[in-house]
Amino acid sequence: MKQIAKRLFELVLFLFLLSFISFVFMKAAPGDPVKQMLRVDDVAVTDEQIEAFKEELGLDKPVYIQYWNWFKRFFQFDLGKSYTTHEPVIDELSRKFPATLLLTGASLLVMLLIAVPVGTLSALYRDRWIDHLGRLLALVGAALPSFWLGLILIDLFSVRLNWLPSMGAGTFKHLILPSLTLGIAMSGVYVRLVRSSLIESLGQDFIRSARARGISEARIFFFHAFRHCLVPVITIFGVSLGSLLGGTVIIEVLFAYPGVGKLVVDAIVQRDYPIIQGYILFMGITVVLINLLVDLSYRYLNPEIRLKEAGRR
Amino acid sequence: MRKNVKLIFRTKTGLWFVLLFSAALFTVPFFLPFDPLRTDMANRLQPISLQHWLGTDHLGRDIFSRMIAGAKATVGTALAAILISVFIGVPVGLVSGFFGGRLDRMIMRIVDAVMAFPDYIVAIVLSGLLGPGLMNLILAVVAVKWVGYARLVRSTVFSEKQKDYIALAELTGLGSGAILKKHLLPHVLGNVSVLATLDIGKTVLMIAALSYIGLGAQPPYPEWGAMLNDGKHYFLHAPQLMVIPGLAIMFIVLLSNLYGDRLRDRFDVKHKKGVS
Repeated sequence: MKQIAKRLFELVLFLFLLSFISFVFMKAAPGDPVKQMLRVDDVAVTDEQIEAFKEELGLDKPVYIQYWNWFKRFFQFDLGKSYTTHEPVIDELSRKFPATLLLTGASLLVMLLIAVPVGTLSALYRDRWIDHLGRLLALVGAALPSFWLGLILIDLFSVRLNWLPSMGAGTFKHLILPSLTLGIAMSGVYVRLVRSSLIESLGQDFIRSARARGISEARIFFFHAFRHCLVPVITIFGVSLGSLLGGTVIIEVLFAYPGVGKLVVDAIVQRDYPIIQGYILFMGITVVLINLLVDLSYRYLNPEIRLKEAGRR
Repeated sequence: MRKNVKLIFRTKTGLWFVLLFSAALFTVPFFLPFDPLRTDMANRLQPISLQHWLGTDHLGRDIFSRMIAGAKATVGTALAAILISVFIGVPVGLVSGFFGGRLDRMIMRIVDAVMAFPDYIVAIVLSGLLGPGLMNLILAVVAVKWVGYARLVRSTVFSEKQKDYIALAELTGLGSGAILKKHLLPHVLGNVSVLATLDIGKTVLMIAALSYIGLGAQPPYPEWGAMLNDGKHYFLHAPQLMVIPGLAIMFIVLLSNLYGDRLRDRFDVKHKKGVS
């Protein structure tokens, strides 16, 4: 419990820092936001208009007051409005986030459906042909550029065979190609990881003692070896869940999938800084929460960590 | 048979790696059959021929020339970014690990904070704030990669400095700078070269991916990821536009991974037993 409280405190501290950094970035970013917002139809803007608008946005006050105002609004989940759509940033982000989450989840599922069976088979038939095949796949998979794989899948399944849509979202069919692309591109690393950590845990003493106690091979495999090998897998998993959120950006752009990744890349191209800033904060919170969950989950999976902590106290 | 295949992969990859990289980087300006930027609309989307070894793209530019010039953009940028990261991360790690104390805690906090973020997101956000372009992309890559080296070097130095020979060196009156340079630096270089080699592949992927979505190299500058983006509309008529840059990226990443693994086997005792 104490651990969790400490982590939550760190989270608040971290958010404070993140809000500060993204504010500084916003201030340092090239381009004048006022002109950006007024320049809607390329109509000439007078200096009075600019001044009036600055006052309206509070941009005429000193920087530290601006930061304070911004900070107050931040805790009310008010991240300002998009320069291009003039909608609140928080609305844009929360409208697009479920789609990204769905894509992430589906890709993870695909990845697990590939990595766990292939990795397990490779470990069980170590140094046989099936192992070599698995390792070759892992090697190629790790080197495969995800966006290239996506293009090839689009060409095959939507252009040539015309089975699946190549862009957009909404139905289950729209989800298949993007999640396949991400899942396959990610699985290479995990096949290797599942294989090596399973081989390691099958060689442990507790496996031998379980065998000596007459427990069936299947039970040993699933309840002893497999559980043990989950700890490193989940650790890396947590790390790469973040990079998966990064990877979805590329895939969302490729498949014109309306998630937060596509939103931020469009915002970058259009220099829509409030959106970019909102994205930084949003992702910061998400990543920290994920790290926290991963931490807690392997505490649960590996009794060793819990016991060590109890001993230290 | 298996042994031979293994032998080729295990012993020659390093050589191939170095050869290919130097070939790509040093012969670029001299051996281009065509100007990679010259458009020729009369000869657009040509198939593979004797004149155009890999065909031409949608603007009639020679793909072979663009591939070679693109190697400089993709692989060269990756190499530059990794090199800069090493030059920042290694000294920081050495100092942090050797002197310890408050400085060390401060540096490691920064490192942890950067590491908590997915590298793609940091790179995307940074190149977004700085504006698209290869130079800014290098900055973005360095911003996420240097921490890896700092942490690796720091942990190596941390365990190494407890050993007797460092104490002996201190007793003989060798200054901190000399100990760092003569005793600790050579010690960390093995691990650093493993990480750097593996990072080249990852960075090539990252640069190509970010250029693909338009945040890296800007047209008409040839870069493999950007070339893929150019070629995607012409897949049906001219598949070489997309197949070739993709294969090239994969080949480089594969080489980097294989060579990195091999280096790790050599330097890291833990992995010598054959797991993984």
